[in-house]
Amino acid sequence: MKTQALRQALDLHRFDAAFGGARRDEERSRAKERVLSFRNAQHRWDPRNQRPELWHAWNARKRSGETLRVFPLSNWTELDVWEYIAREQLAVVPLYFAAPRPVVERDGMLIMVDDGRLPLLAGEQPAQRRVRFRTLGCYPLTGAVESAAANVADIIAELRSSRWSERQGRVIDRDGGASMEMKKQEGYF
Amino acid sequence: MLPALRFLTCGSVDDGKSTLIGRLLHDTGSVPEDQLEQLAADSRRVGTRGEQADYALLVDGLAAEREQGITIDVAYRYFQTPRRRFVVADTPGHEQYTRNMVTGASNSDVAVILIDARKGLLTQTRRHSYLVSLLGIRDVIVAVNKMDLVGFDPAVFAAIGADFGVLAQRLGLARVTLIPVVAVDGDNVATRSDRMPWYDGPALLEALESVQVEPAAAAGPFRLPVQYVNRPDASFRGYAGRIASGHIAVGDPVLVLPGGQRSRVARIVHASGDLARAECGASTQLVLADHVDVARGDVLVAADAPPDIADQFEATLVWMHADPLLRGRSYLIKLGTQLASATISPIRYRVDVHSFEHLAADRLELNEIGVVELELDRPVVFEAYDANPTLGGFLVIDRLTNATVGAGLIRFALRRAHNLHWQSLEIDRAQRAVAKRQRACVIWLTGLSGAGKSTIANLLEKRLFTLGKHTYLLDGDNVRHGLNKDLGFTAEDRVENIRRVAEVSRLMADAGLIVIVSFISPYRAERRMARELMAPGEFVEVFVDTPLAVAESRDVMGLYAKARRGELRNFTGIDAPYEEPESPELRIDGAAEGAEAAADRILQYLEAGAYLR
Repeated sequence: MKTQALRQALDLHRFDAAFGGARRDEERSRAKERVLSFRNAQHRWDPRNQRPELWHAWNARKRSGETLRVFPLSNWTELDVWEYIAREQLAVVPLYFAAPRPVVERDGMLIMVDDGRLPLLAGEQPAQRRVRFRTLGCYPLTGAVESAAANVADIIAELRSSRWSERQGRVIDRDGGASMEMKKQEGYF
Repeated sequence: MLPALRFLTCGSVDDGKSTLIGRLLHDTGSVPEDQLEQLAADSRRVGTRGEQADYALLVDGLAAEREQGITIDVAYRYFQTPRRRFVVADTPGHEQYTRNMVTGASNSDVAVILIDARKGLLTQTRRHSYLVSLLGIRDVIVAVNKMDLVGFDPAVFAAIGADFGVLAQRLGLARVTLIPVVAVDGDNVATRSDRMPWYDGPALLEALESVQVEPAAAAGPFRLPVQYVNRPDASFRGYAGRIASGHIAVGDPVLVLPGGQRSRVARIVHASGDLARAECGASTQLVLADHVDVARGDVLVAADAPPDIADQFEATLVWMHADPLLRGRSYLIKLGTQLASATISPIRYRVDVHSFEHLAADRLELNEIGVVELELDRPVVFEAYDANPTLGGFLVIDRLTNATVGAGLIRFALRRAHNLHWQSLEIDRAQRAVAKRQRACVIWLTGLSGAGKSTIANLLEKRLFTLGKHTYLLDGDNVRHGLNKDLGFTAEDRVENIRRVAEVSRLMADAGLIVIVSFISPYRAERRMARELMAPGEFVEVFVDTPLAVAESRDVMGLYAKARRGELRNFTGIDAPYEEPESPELRIDGAAEGAEAAADRILQYLEAGAYLR
């Protein structure tokens, strides 16, 4: 859904560039991503043929028909983001903080059930667990993680000791280790 | 946040580079559990270590890389220890990915060069070391890997150290640390190994934690390439950019280059309030005390230590595109925030990256490195790359595709204009055209009288003139009033008419001009003769294809009417033939396509064919 909606919006408004918060530490195909990522007229990403990015020199000149995805936070880590939020005292969506929420466990992930959109499978019974989200994607594809981190300082402490990656809750990354690479080639951020 | 050290790893194909990084990530606890699960699954599927984890799979991000077991593109990885944060550029070893290694090196403070203990220094090692030194990396750690496969023999390690010492001296790599490791088992990677008691130096991670990197730029004089002039309203004017070297404080005198105006820093304005001082590497915004003219691309510099300004350079180029660099071709270059047009000529030599020999070259292919002379269309503010990579390293950009096709490192400025031997150079048409920033050519418009040739030709010439191009328009009527006034309209005279026009166009093209010829030129043979006087690609035949009825209905000068009445003999289309071009470069529909659109289309053709640089 996100891929199609993004492509439609870019085509409708004929935007030259779309900024995103993707970081190279999130996922291994994103580790190969450029800060200025060029997509052809069909929004396809060609990982084999990317522009070299040297020094602090940027070439933002595009070919006619091309669009750019721009990732200024490429070299930040998840911990950097939270340390920055703490330093600048930024407001954050409450779903990032731990709270008792109704979830079901499915394929090893905790999926929140707080409205009627998720058809429950046989035997599934929502239970209250103390969870938070490290990443927010499309409903219902983002899984929650069990956590007691209720504020920014807790989250920073949790991340410093975490042994799990941020995208562990993303169903989109499953089905083979190259899943994200394929999504990106289709025009996903 | 802890300070970050950026390093790249380079090594030959099977030296174990990705394994080493995977091991570093793993041993510093930087690999999350879910990725370890993925690693176990991938290792069983495509790993090279049987049931054991293949750490290389942690870092090879693209599906093709994991399947082929090679690294294609630079990947950046992040980990930290209690002492430092690290950004690793994992760069491919194959020669066909030299550009990726150069990219990684341009963003690194330290290089880790892997050498297979069984193989010693390979040609790849020499190439990697050369690139590392070329990109100005001063600290090198040589990890001699697979020590287990040489029985942990200290003599092997010492011999490789001696060989590398010779290479390092030749390349000017002053600070070299040698470490014996076994990447797959983690010996001397994150922790010291007890399998090599004869080695008493640091493990790789310790060496990376303790290396002191001080970029030369931090201690250099102040330079701020202006990225953006911030003018929210008439009362405020801030100059924003990233400080390329040195530092700046309120009250410091600055010069605006290349203009040369002098002022002082009145304020250093950040979102959180004014600062008294800003350091190298900071993105900042300055307000000056005086009203001076500053634009994007200008450089604010310390008034007592300004850099040079020049429009001719000798530079080392690393070619990064499948389309080769050709001498004489024009490109855009981006140096700091300055954008200029540059012509590469000549290529002084190509560097053999294995033997470091200088070879003659007329072109640079993908991944080749050469030393070239560049001529820019305007003076730019620069420093030698070794002194300041921001004002000495530039991107080479293709004019048509806007792709980054190369990277350049300025060695020094050439002041050839003041050099006597300039006078003795033979000046050929290419040089004349280059000086005019265009490619000399003849645009030959052919078609019936009244087809619209002259109107299109005039519009085209105006457009080219507006673009700053040097042109001349040869029109049938004008030439017949002077040069060819002795000629009539018989077949023989028509041939002679075209022969003279073709020769004149060639002379004008030799002078570097874009020549627009607007002649009925009814015969294929004479048009072919005109074409053959020119080099391939320099003759652009444009067929203004207007049906006789349409041309006749226009009859601006009443010529068709006269011809119809028999008062004018040998009139093309009436009682003399017109031989249509069989394969013109362009065909204009003279009835349907307006003259403006036709002129635009010719212009687009010239742009696409790199006639206008």
